[in-house]
Amino acid sequence: MEKKELKAGEVSYEKLIINPSWCKGCGICVAFCPKKILSIENEKVKVDDIEKCIQCGMCELRCPDYAIYVGGKKNEKRG
Amino acid sequence: MPSNLVEKYFRTEKLPQIWCPGCGHGVITRSIVDAIDQAGLDKDKVCIVSGIGCSSRAPGYMDFNTLHTTHGRALAFATGIKLAKPELKVIVITGDGDATAIGGNHFIHACRRNIGITTIVYNNNIYGMTGGQYSPTTPKHEKGTTAPFGNIDKAFDICDLASAAGASYVGRSTAYHANLTTTLVKNALNNEGFSLVEAVSGCPTYYGRKNKKGNAVDMMNWYKDNAVTAAAAAKLSEEQMAGKILIGEFKNKPEPEYTSEYQKIIDKLAKGR
Repeated sequence: MEKKELKAGEVSYEKLIINPSWCKGCGICVAFCPKKILSIENEKVKVDDIEKCIQCGMCELRCPDYAIYVGGKKNEKRG
Repeated sequence: MPSNLVEKYFRTEKLPQIWCPGCGHGVITRSIVDAIDQAGLDKDKVCIVSGIGCSSRAPGYMDFNTLHTTHGRALAFATGIKLAKPELKVIVITGDGDATAIGGNHFIHACRRNIGITTIVYNNNIYGMTGGQYSPTTPKHEKGTTAPFGNIDKAFDICDLASAAGASYVGRSTAYHANLTTTLVKNALNNEGFSLVEAVSGCPTYYGRKNKKGNAVDMMNWYKDNAVTAAAAAKLSEEQMAGKILIGEFKNKPEPEYTSEYQKIIDKLAKGR
């Protein structure tokens, strides 16, 4: 899947979107990702293997800083 | 662009929040807006009030009618708002110290009146903002900066306190149990009278560090492993329950709400004119 840099430094993988400027690197998303595809690098979250993402939303649910979220239909439904 | 939920209900220009890395408060705040979204409330008909403390920073980031008031007095301000405009959904976000120490009297009397306010207590077992002093919910023998040899006070059980004082809806969740928090807050919003939801939140900076609870992830895992639902707790002995957190809905007994009772008196007297 293609990695795209959006405005304001956001990184979009279509399935998963990360806003590094809000990330404080606490590691909660990394610990609770069932597929273990996230890691922390330089105190910011990063995706290691987006192909394995199942869009379960565990990262989004427990991110205290709203810096990571599931894209696509799941996001469109909300709000 | 943040997620649709965050975009709709948060003042995104104010983010990221001031809270420490891994603080559970952000997770709970998201659960609250999720509950408001699921309850289908009109943003302009919701008023969020807070006092002072880490927890009370939350309304600053939330895009509703919001009020950041004085220490412990969030419920007093909220009572005024509810009486002046009973059609509003008034939500109070407060902390363990703000609600049960500084504002302890306001808290028990708001419960007693059963006024239509949904109160969410972010319980991190410590005064985080002022430097880690022990609070009324710091467990016995645990440490704070003002209790370097361990706190000898017995901790408040906020849910029992609210229930005994007369709140008509009482429940408890933790920062780990984000979906349960959403469900409890949603049910609390549907209750006409006074509702209390205690959300246990991890403070990795003070409570966690002073009591060697590890980092934010360790604290989240601790909640995951040590939170017990009421149904499961019934099968456990008192010793097995020691040190565990009871979660779930404890009380849902609707009773006449204060502002509607007040309106009845106004109507009765107006008829006599």
